[in-house]
Amino acid sequence: MPLARTLYDKLFDSHTVRAESDGTSLLYIDRHLVHEVTSPQAYEGLRLAARKPWRTRSIVATADHNTPTTHWHEGIRDPISRTQVETLDDNIRATGARAYFPFRDRRQGIVHVIGPENGATLPGMTVVCGDSHTSTHGAFACLAFGIGTSEVEHVLATQCLIAKKSKSMLVHVDNRLSRGVTAKDLALAIIGRIGTAGGTGYAIEFGGPGIRALSMEGRMTLCNMAIEAGARAGMVAADDVTVDYLRGRPLAPTGADWDRAVAHWRTLHSDAGAHFDATVVVDAHEVVPQVTWGTSPEMVVPVEGRVPDPDREKDPTRREGMERALKYMGLEPNTAITDIRLDKIFIGSCTNSRIEDLRMAAAIARGRRVAPTVRVAMVVPGSGLVKAQAEAEGLDRVFKDAGFEWREPGCSMCLAMNDDRLEPGERCASTSNRNFEGRQGAGGRTHLVSPAMAAAAAITGHFVDVRRQF
Amino acid sequence: MQPFRQVTGLVVPLDRANVDTDAIIPKQFLKSIKRSGFGPNLFDEWRYLDIGQPGMDNATRPLNPDFVLNQPRYKGATILLARRNFGCGSSREHAPWALADYGFRAIIAPSYADIFHNNSYKNGLLPVILPESAVDRLFHEAAAFPGFTLTIDLEAQRVHSANGNVGYDFDVDPFRKHCLVNGLDDIGLTLAHADDIRAFEERHFREQPWLA
Repeated sequence: MPLARTLYDKLFDSHTVRAESDGTSLLYIDRHLVHEVTSPQAYEGLRLAARKPWRTRSIVATADHNTPTTHWHEGIRDPISRTQVETLDDNIRATGARAYFPFRDRRQGIVHVIGPENGATLPGMTVVCGDSHTSTHGAFACLAFGIGTSEVEHVLATQCLIAKKSKSMLVHVDNRLSRGVTAKDLALAIIGRIGTAGGTGYAIEFGGPGIRALSMEGRMTLCNMAIEAGARAGMVAADDVTVDYLRGRPLAPTGADWDRAVAHWRTLHSDAGAHFDATVVVDAHEVVPQVTWGTSPEMVVPVEGRVPDPDREKDPTRREGMERALKYMGLEPNTAITDIRLDKIFIGSCTNSRIEDLRMAAAIARGRRVAPTVRVAMVVPGSGLVKAQAEAEGLDRVFKDAGFEWREPGCSMCLAMNDDRLEPGERCASTSNRNFEGRQGAGGRTHLVSPAMAAAAAITGHFVDVRRQF
Repeated sequence: MQPFRQVTGLVVPLDRANVDTDAIIPKQFLKSIKRSGFGPNLFDEWRYLDIGQPGMDNATRPLNPDFVLNQPRYKGATILLARRNFGCGSSREHAPWALADYGFRAIIAPSYADIFHNNSYKNGLLPVILPESAVDRLFHEAAAFPGFTLTIDLEAQRVHSANGNVGYDFDVDPFRKHCLVNGLDDIGLTLAHADDIRAFEERHFREQPWLA
């Protein structure tokens, strides 16, 4: 074992139950987050094989993908969605969990929001969930990654996964982000640079002064988007910001355990001189607000830029991809980004629905009105606790006074499994994570932006550089 | 799981990079609590001219004649030829379930997203990786020769065409190959190490009791 180890090495090695000579390892899983979409077939598989869950205390579960964001008193009207949510209720009732936040619970919410806010995500843990945005939890110096349903079943049955160590990448961020520029812009700028497959096969550690200066919310946004750069896991070393965030959370340790835990968490960083297989250096000063123009998160430009021209792309596969994306998005090459007009605004998702995100958006919306050309502007808090906090701060009034809809928590229009969706041809400024064709509704057109940029677009009806106009 | 040793089948070329899991199986079909029945909705938004919903009779829906899977010459294809970063996006295992349910046994592409790649193995769907130049060549062959058929021999780690024009060796992780060739159940394999897992837990929770 090398003397200087990366954070990833430390996390992987400390959870290795056994390793074969080729590196195939049995990796122990501390926290298993469960939601309704990717778990029913896993529980069914377990039952069919007459197996029992290994350690239900590792499980924290919630319903988020299918749940409506309006008219909660009516329940879930879509019978297929309702069946899926009730199946989760049944499975958790039958086998147990450390914590379960069902539909309409005060602490229900997006699985990647409720984990951290309840202290269910702690530094040094391995965290998995049948959802690719599990990378979010890496913000707490965790090894956290998304898995498929077969692996959900595997973790239920054995508390382990069969895994091989990935390569390691350091994304080193110098300097601090400027005013009006957020972790979302940083994430999009990194993806624009390394591409959506740039991190494939890697676990990414985000480090440097620009990362140390980020809040936990900002770090979560960044790690959340690691998967959009192709990396299953993104992570940040633990520091005072991490410890301060976790103190007093319901599932965080207390008393003597807290002190011991914090002492351990302080060791969760890459050692000086640790080897990374790849390093990318970013100057936070140079990052400006970003807007995606196409159907992949790597199709992104600064807000002051223009929609690119495929004629200037030499790689034929890439050029065809650009042409197809422009056609789908209904955009002409060389259009100024600030000339793009929006039909809908979505502020929410596991990327950007935490209290800090809502504060940023509310700061723009305060005392202003949503442009009359915008059909719907909605704010979907990430959890019941985020919603309650925002209401305690009066942010709901700010949004409602400005003409935004203030919704119940859930995944909502990030993936449009519930009724919140784009109609064919509708164009949306969205704080979510994927602008794939049809992601927010068949034929819908998604532009990924930060919460501040989305709020600003709602007010003006088109994209604006939030640094200049607000 | 059904063992995978060798497959010989018709090849359908899907000439797009970064095919994401939302395209492979749109979200409205993820509401099912079953593992099967996703095949008719594979590539739903590209394959049909209307907007698909669960419970529709797919046999009566208007097909998009331009989409490659709908072209008669590729009917019955079992090998999907694709471009780089295939399967990017969400962790939904419904993507390999849909591909397998449609009838695909293998995919050939220059690269895959990690989670999709992993999920495919778990479902007996072999994701073969070949260099970009080889994949280019296969796209040309598939276009030039109607009925273009490949044999993928996992045990020999070789892809070759029935017409003898092309043949490539490919790499595969030895453990994954072993599991696939023998149709092994991962969970059963892991549970053979149950004592190791218990011993690990005992030490782990002694050192970090707050995790228990």
